Amino acid sequence: MKKVYADNAATTNVSKPVLEAMLPIYENVYGNPSSLYEIGAEARVYLDNARETVAKCLGANQNEIYFTSGGSESDNWAIKGVAHALMAKGKNHIITSKFEHHAVLHTCEALRKEGFEITYLEVYENGIVKPEDVEKAIKDTTALVTIMYANNEIGTIQPIKEIGAICKKHGVLFHTDAVQAIGNVHIDVKEQNIDLLSLSGHKFHAPKGVGALYIRRGIRIPNLIDGGAQESGKRAGTENVAGIVGLAKALEIATETIDSKNEKLKKMTSRLIDEVLKIERSRLNGDREKRLPGNVSFCFEGIEGESLLLMLDMKGISASSGSACTSGSLDPSHVLLSIGLPHEIAHGSLRLSFSDVNCEEDIDYIIETLPPIVNRLRAMSPLWDRIING
Amino acid sequence: MAYSEKVMDHFANPRNVGEMKDANGVGEVGNPKCGDIMRMYIKVENNVITDVSFMTFGCGAAIATSSMATELIKGKTIDDALKLTNKAVMEALDGLPPVKVHCSVLAEQAIKAAVSDYYKRLGIDPTPIVGELKEDCHDGECGCSL
Repeated sequence: MKKVYADNAATTNVSKPVLEAMLPIYENVYGNPSSLYEIGAEARVYLDNARETVAKCLGANQNEIYFTSGGSESDNWAIKGVAHALMAKGKNHIITSKFEHHAVLHTCEALRKEGFEITYLEVYENGIVKPEDVEKAIKDTTALVTIMYANNEIGTIQPIKEIGAICKKHGVLFHTDAVQAIGNVHIDVKEQNIDLLSLSGHKFHAPKGVGALYIRRGIRIPNLIDGGAQESGKRAGTENVAGIVGLAKALEIATETIDSKNEKLKKMTSRLIDEVLKIERSRLNGDREKRLPGNVSFCFEGIEGESLLLMLDMKGISASSGSACTSGSLDPSHVLLSIGLPHEIAHGSLRLSFSDVNCEEDIDYIIETLPPIVNRLRAMSPLWDRIING
Repeated sequence: MAYSEKVMDHFANPRNVGEMKDANGVGEVGNPKCGDIMRMYIKVENNVITDVSFMTFGCGAAIATSSMATELIKGKTIDDALKLTNKAVMEALDGLPPVKVHCSVLAEQAIKAAVSDYYKRLGIDPTPIVGELKEDCHDGECGCSL
């Protein structure tokens, strides 16, 4: 049976060049970068080079890059760090959006319980935050604005540069969760007015368990892990050297190939969208143009997402419905509700996300496989019966 | 979360699925907002359920529990069908993940709703026989925000 992996927004495979960059670290350069003898010093060089590469890909300086275990850790550190650093100055207000990843939303919720005030901005039907809403929400007590670069479930890209400019104008710090966007859009933290940025390796062909946080020079936030001198003393613990080397290699490749990859992905998903929308009572979620080229999200009326995923899986297609993080809960995705979809339509969602491992044949197979599955589930759905026959 | 082989079998090859034109009892439970609706059709002759079918909007477990419930009551007397518990449906499917237990409750309720409708069509008050129905969102058990 043909296999199509269409859940690259959940995670990606480790690419061959990335694995090849990592293996020597495990096999030969296994020294502790803090040790002074040769294989320690050699590991230190790999680590420093990786930091330089990541900094270069973001338009940052090396001493502004802190390696972490991934996106959730980076988000937690950035948001709680800024909040706690500015609390003493009477800043107790955070602005975010309604459809952030749970790593941001639940962090904000934890801060609310500590006494912070949180403003959740609307994202409207197209799934895009309005910069003017950010400006209206800023007040004297605002410590931080945190808005994701691109949404993980529906792929919409946010006006980051404009939001950053507004924050700069008002002297408010700006953090962006760029976990989905990184490697898919051109990011320059200085040019785009970003003060803090979270990223995670496994979304762009690096391994799981490694990420980074960019913290603009001059911003002081509390240490995440106290201990040794690693990561400028801010996040102690012996570095995951191989993972970090893999992340740097993957980011370098992703950044170099953004334009060619996006052109290919856009062509693929554009055809997919046109074909899928021929299914009666289906819709594309979020703005059609301002989206990550590899990420498409649909809703099909009258059917439920999990059944759809199981049937696609039986045909060899791996996809997701809403965010993988929300599976286990039966509530429809907060992202789909935030763009105004009613519960019964949000239940019937399907996210297909592609990377450079996918090809046009994958799209052909999905276009051929998906409509009969939707029809089969609708044929047994009393809700569809109600929609069609009243 | 993983489903048992039996759940997957009943999901992939649901038994007794589809509308029944000559049913003499039809019951529907659940709510589109919660993401699951079950409609059960029964044909009763001489107090025996001679035929049964279902239509379900919902997750894999909702479809599998509907299918299993129809198998368990086909050919049974109404009394026996009313004794079918959600636990029996779950056991017949070799278990369900904890978050999906409510689907089996829905299947049990769908049978009761169909039997109630059968009695109502005969002009008999079903409440003393079938009991009160939980036709909706099972007291927020499903975690939805109704």
